[in-house]
Amino acid sequence: MSQKGLVIKEKIVSESPRDHLIRKERFPHIWCPGCGLGTVLKCYVEAIAASSIPEDKHVVISGIGCTGRIAGYVRLDSYHVTHGRPIAFAEGMKIVRPDLEVTVISGDGDLVTIGGNHFIHAIRRNVDINVFLVNNFIYGMTGNQMGSTTPLGAKSSTSPYGCPEPPFNLPLLAAALGAPFVARWTTLHTRQLAEAMKKAFQVKGFALIEIISPCPVGFGSYNELREGKDYIKLFLENCIVDHSADLNKAAISLRPGEPIILGNFIQREMPSYHDFELEVFKKAGWLK
Amino acid sequence: MSSELRLLKPGTYFMMGNIACAEAALIAGCEFYAGYPITPSNEIAEHMSRRMPQLGRHFIQMEDEIGSIVAVLGASAAGVKAMTATSGPGFSLMMETIGLSAMLELPCVIIDVQRAGPSTGIPTFVGQGDVMQARWGSHGDYELVVYAPSAVQEFFDLTIEAFNTSEWLRIPVVVLSDEVVGHMYGRLVVPEYDKIKIVNRKRYNGPKDQYLPYSCEALVPPFVAAGDGYRIHMTGLTHDERGYPSLEIEDSHKLIDRLVMKVRKNSKHLWKYETLYADDADVVVVTFGITARSTEEAVKRARAEGLKVGMIKLLTLWPFPEDPVKIASQYARRLLVAEINMGQLIHPVREVAECPVAGINYPVGYAPPPEYILDGIRAAV
Amino acid sequence: MSLKIIREPINKYIQKIPLGLIHVIPERCKECGYCIDLCPKDVLTVSEERNIKGYRWPKIADGKASECIACRMCEWICPEFAIFVVEADRREYE
Ligand SMILES: Cc1ncc(C[n+]2csc(CCOP(=O)(O)OP(=O)(O)O)c2C)c(N)n1
Ligand code: SF4
Ligand code: SF4
Ligand code: SF4
Ligand SMILES: [Mg+2]
Repeated sequence: MSQKGLVIKEKIVSESPRDHLIRKERFPHIWCPGCGLGTVLKCYVEAIAASSIPEDKHVVISGIGCTGRIAGYVRLDSYHVTHGRPIAFAEGMKIVRPDLEVTVISGDGDLVTIGGNHFIHAIRRNVDINVFLVNNFIYGMTGNQMGSTTPLGAKSSTSPYGCPEPPFNLPLLAAALGAPFVARWTTLHTRQLAEAMKKAFQVKGFALIEIISPCPVGFGSYNELREGKDYIKLFLENCIVDHSADLNKAAISLRPGEPIILGNFIQREMPSYHDFELEVFKKAGWLK
Repeated sequence: MSSELRLLKPGTYFMMGNIACAEAALIAGCEFYAGYPITPSNEIAEHMSRRMPQLGRHFIQMEDEIGSIVAVLGASAAGVKAMTATSGPGFSLMMETIGLSAMLELPCVIIDVQRAGPSTGIPTFVGQGDVMQARWGSHGDYELVVYAPSAVQEFFDLTIEAFNTSEWLRIPVVVLSDEVVGHMYGRLVVPEYDKIKIVNRKRYNGPKDQYLPYSCEALVPPFVAAGDGYRIHMTGLTHDERGYPSLEIEDSHKLIDRLVMKVRKNSKHLWKYETLYADDADVVVVTFGITARSTEEAVKRARAEGLKVGMIKLLTLWPFPEDPVKIASQYARRLLVAEINMGQLIHPVREVAECPVAGINYPVGYAPPPEYILDGIRAAV
Repeated sequence: MSLKIIREPINKYIQKIPLGLIHVIPERCKECGYCIDLCPKDVLTVSEERNIKGYRWPKIADGKASECIACRMCEWICPEFAIFVVEADRREYE
């Protein structure tokens, strides 16, 4: 190929085309180099930009943790609540304002460890919210303690001998609880992730996306994943996309040779909490 | 339209305290109720589960009290009035979120129908052991308002007042009722609606680029709801006027000062109390809730015996009504504080009193009979 | 006749092979290296300069100026909103 006449340099600029959807005055954000959370934010912003729902109708709710800071970087109505409680907050909001597209973005520790009770009950009720759960296998913000998603045997600041407990298999849990949409992607699968997010916006009822995300500075530093590169290698070598995977086998062990299964596993239509409530309004005489 | 599909009509009723509370919430404009079953508050939830859908409003039974009050805040962030009701153990679970309500400045109303404690205590029996918890239960510096009814009518009135105050100041407001007031049947007069004061939070609708969600210009910044298009951020982290997390001393000072001052500076408007024979009394009993009923009878009997005794019934417990208590202490020889606990409200009374203060303490479980309080009075005189 | 010529598509003058113009916001970059490692065309490398926090942002590697095919992998993966690609018509630059 002849490129002799070509003089192109990278252009140094100060704004990105998606800056209207982030709180750019707060950038650079607090996350470590190589952290996957910025990519989660990017995918969410792309999904919003591509969704047909007006931006002003999107609301983000986060709990506490590194992931919890996402709410503070999105230029949308955004609420950063207490540890473990964003789903309950989202339920209250969505029930009184069904026209809002309410999305919870928060950490694994936040949503399924301290907040596990709200998680299972919101799915059972099928409240029409999206939950983008960032699984970095660790409590990042508090100093890398193990949690209910830490793989058996993985090291952390409170599991020096290896995590003594098996982790949740979240897609299986959510599917068993009856969630109408369940997906899992990594931050390397940016386009698939953003597509899944767009689908989640359309789902009537509870939509869960488990996002496997690098935490090189926390989890990684205890488990031979010290750099973003190491995570890329892990994902490239171990991820298998299988939309119809047997979710019984979807637990993540991070042991060599054991895959991380990804996909849009569950997509089904079913009545949501809103439909149930309309029935109540009819029986109470409020609606015909 | 069936009468069930409306608010409780103006008129006179004979009604249970907890039901009067629920009907008051409806009249106050409560659009969202979330709760978790617990004795002796259950009648509120039961009544709301029937009545809210009749009015096209939302009732949800959550998985626990934490979820309940957090969902209430979610609804409040969407711009509607919302409440929950509970008792001791559930109230304990709500403490962290009361702080969140104060910090995000999301109005909410919490009804605590007190029962005997500590711990599970005696679920079906009365107590007044949550006085200090209601004020200081969440960590950090904040202020809130706590009302305490002693009768069905007061439970009704103070529930409406609680909504009004929480909307006005954008704070959590607690109605600290108790098992007896919750379960007693009593007379309730519902006034004509135009005689009932209803306050709605001040909303902002100015230019989008000028809105500061936590502006310190006034003590209470105007509110915008999710979906209003202002793209606001609210965080439980200490924040600046934009609502963004801040580590600056100045931002922290300004915020905490405002959170506290919006209640403190309005104390005098928030104090509600009634006095009986307090003007010429040698001994004044300070009390609240169901204990005020026994005390009233005891004071009347003491007067019949020729003892110069009066009482102050506090309807606002926090901010503590300092002035009436202080003034009483300047004329009386002694103040007594009657409560169903081993001594809680006595502490703020002591703080302001200029005469000796003693407690008439009745351990949790039962409402003190008038004789018990009369004995305390006689001993003091 | 060299293989190269044989392989050249005969309709190359009407084909639009996208050309990516790379834009960088140096102050946001944290030198995680994702954009560099994941570029399928190895277009990027680290710059010599450092930003205020000491990080070296990505720049176009020597001789790679026209290799960018605007796949946007770098843009999507960047956790910092620090790099993006604007698609141009390659023929305008040739
Ligand atoms: C009630 C309560 N307990 C504990 C904490 C401390 N805390 C802050 S963040 C966090 C863990 C967050 O972990 P995760 O949700 O996985 O988020 P990550 O930082 O990994 O993104 C904990 C335990 C808290 N803020 N509140
Ligand atoms: S500790 Fe881990 S999750 Fe938290 S910002 Fe750093 S890399 Fe990200
Ligand atoms: S757009 Fe694709 S080809 Fe171009 S620099 Fe980015 S990753 Fe490389
Ligand atoms: S991906 Fe972004 S932050 Fe990372 S090196 Fe590239 S430009 Fe910098
Ligand atoms: Mg985590």
